[in-house]
Amino acid sequence: MAANPNELATKATWEGSVEQLRGLVSDRALSGETMLLNMGPHHPSTHGVLRLLLELDGEEIVTVLPDVGFLHTGIEKSIEDKSYEKGVPLTDRMDYLSPMSNNMAFCMAIEKLVELDVPERAQIIRVICLELSRIASHMVWLGTQALDMGAMSVFLYCFREREYVLRIFEMISGQRMMGSYFRPGGVWRDIPADFIPEVKRFIEYFPAKIDDYEALLVNNPIWKDRTFGVGVLEPDMALALGVTGPSLRGSGVNWDIRKAEPYSGYETYDFDVPLGEHGDVYDRFMCRLQELRESVKIIQQGLKRLTPKGEFRSNNRKYVFPPRSELGRSMEAVIHHFKLWTYGFDAPDEEVYVSVESPRGELGCYLHGTGGNKPRRVHFKTPSFMHIAAIPTLAEGHMIADLIAIIGSVDIVLGDCDR
Amino acid sequence: MGLSAKLGNLGVVTTTVETAVNWGRTGAMWPLLFGLACCAIEMMSTQASDYDLSRFGMELNRASPRQSDLMIVAGRLTRKMAPVVRQLYDQMADPKWVISMGDCASCGGVYNNYAIVQGVDEIIPVDVYVAGCPPRPEQLIHGILTLHEKIKGERISQWAS
Repeated sequence: MAANPNELATKATWEGSVEQLRGLVSDRALSGETMLLNMGPHHPSTHGVLRLLLELDGEEIVTVLPDVGFLHTGIEKSIEDKSYEKGVPLTDRMDYLSPMSNNMAFCMAIEKLVELDVPERAQIIRVICLELSRIASHMVWLGTQALDMGAMSVFLYCFREREYVLRIFEMISGQRMMGSYFRPGGVWRDIPADFIPEVKRFIEYFPAKIDDYEALLVNNPIWKDRTFGVGVLEPDMALALGVTGPSLRGSGVNWDIRKAEPYSGYETYDFDVPLGEHGDVYDRFMCRLQELRESVKIIQQGLKRLTPKGEFRSNNRKYVFPPRSELGRSMEAVIHHFKLWTYGFDAPDEEVYVSVESPRGELGCYLHGTGGNKPRRVHFKTPSFMHIAAIPTLAEGHMIADLIAIIGSVDIVLGDCDR
Repeated sequence: MGLSAKLGNLGVVTTTVETAVNWGRTGAMWPLLFGLACCAIEMMSTQASDYDLSRFGMELNRASPRQSDLMIVAGRLTRKMAPVVRQLYDQMADPKWVISMGDCASCGGVYNNYAIVQGVDEIIPVDVYVAGCPPRPEQLIHGILTLHEKIKGERISQWAS
């Protein structure tokens, strides 16, 4: 152990001189003409532990220097020391607003690496869960963005709907947030009997609530004043910065992984991709709001196809453990059970890359096998990291109060960024 | 509280300074608006409509450590964040309490690696540990009520220390 945390704790975060910032901030900051202001890592509106060093000319922002890594957890490194299936629970905790999307990216990478099949019914369950997860994530985004900009009641409504989704997640996985429900080859266990009626109730109940949010915000003059023309992201610039997801679509670029590179049967669902025009905070807000309706549409179609009973996980016993009922009857099953829960399975020494559309944008997973039961390297290409990199471009020249709206509108999760 | 009902119209309440102060401290405790990771989302759920932390006089989260009594360390504490958390704790005015929310804050959780401080109690004193990954809102409320019980048992003789 290199450093004792007790000693670490007595040191200030940064003990440098302003000279070290030469080249990063304008020369006017070094002479003291403009002000350097530290925002975060403890700040209610940075959506986690993000630190921004602001250079201000009066109230106008000249430069923003993001400082990330306050939540660096070493998840990628930790997964390297685990067999493949045991890596899934760790991926939950990256983008903690939509754990299912992380599970999906990691499981898809494993399935591609070992060429594991996923039954069609499991794919439908996955799609329904992913879209529910998108709704839950957008609820936190909408609630916190409105809260940051002074609309407290939206936050309370949004969390009411989120609780509904979390109750459904608890029903299927036993956990409200970190369910680790997706596993290589399908899902952990079959859906309970209450699942289909409960989701049906939810999608009947939810559209009226989206109407409520629209009534509260879409034509609200204060909301419009705060968001119109703020943080404009040009389409070219957005692509150059690697911005994805609703933040990119708010600028009018039609790029959705679910349409461009469909996975888990998304090509068979009928849904639209909402696009913005101007690329400002308001358009990004409208895109996400309309995405909620599209998610409801996808869930409706998924429920029509979903049968109450059936296959939920691959039957390839080299990778997927047998059900409990088989253990008493088959010696093969006992062997597979023991092998998979102690050693795991081997994966070839090859590399794969897959990407999924998480609520924030393109979530990619790069996985490199060793030939053994542990991966050589796992890397996640996460949307929040790109979006934080876009904040300086978006915020330049705006007032400091607009920065709050901009941070909210690109929808960042620091766990997703820092891993 | 030593309420003497025998007085008839309940006009007089007898109690000790200790009890009255401790009762006051638990009745309107202001937590620091401070989240680190996943647990912070459950902490927000606790404050939101379904679980409604304002039932315990705690809906007012203060963003400034100078105005808070209670720090809920919600989430994994990294080595880069540790000095900041210590500084925030030092900036809080006495009396102050700390709840360590979740497995990561309590003991490092699933992350026994180079990046995570193995328990927030390595850098600040903790009053109540709440287990779970992340804990349910009910668990956090139970932790808070446990802290209230602890505060109610505090003695005048210990205040100075």
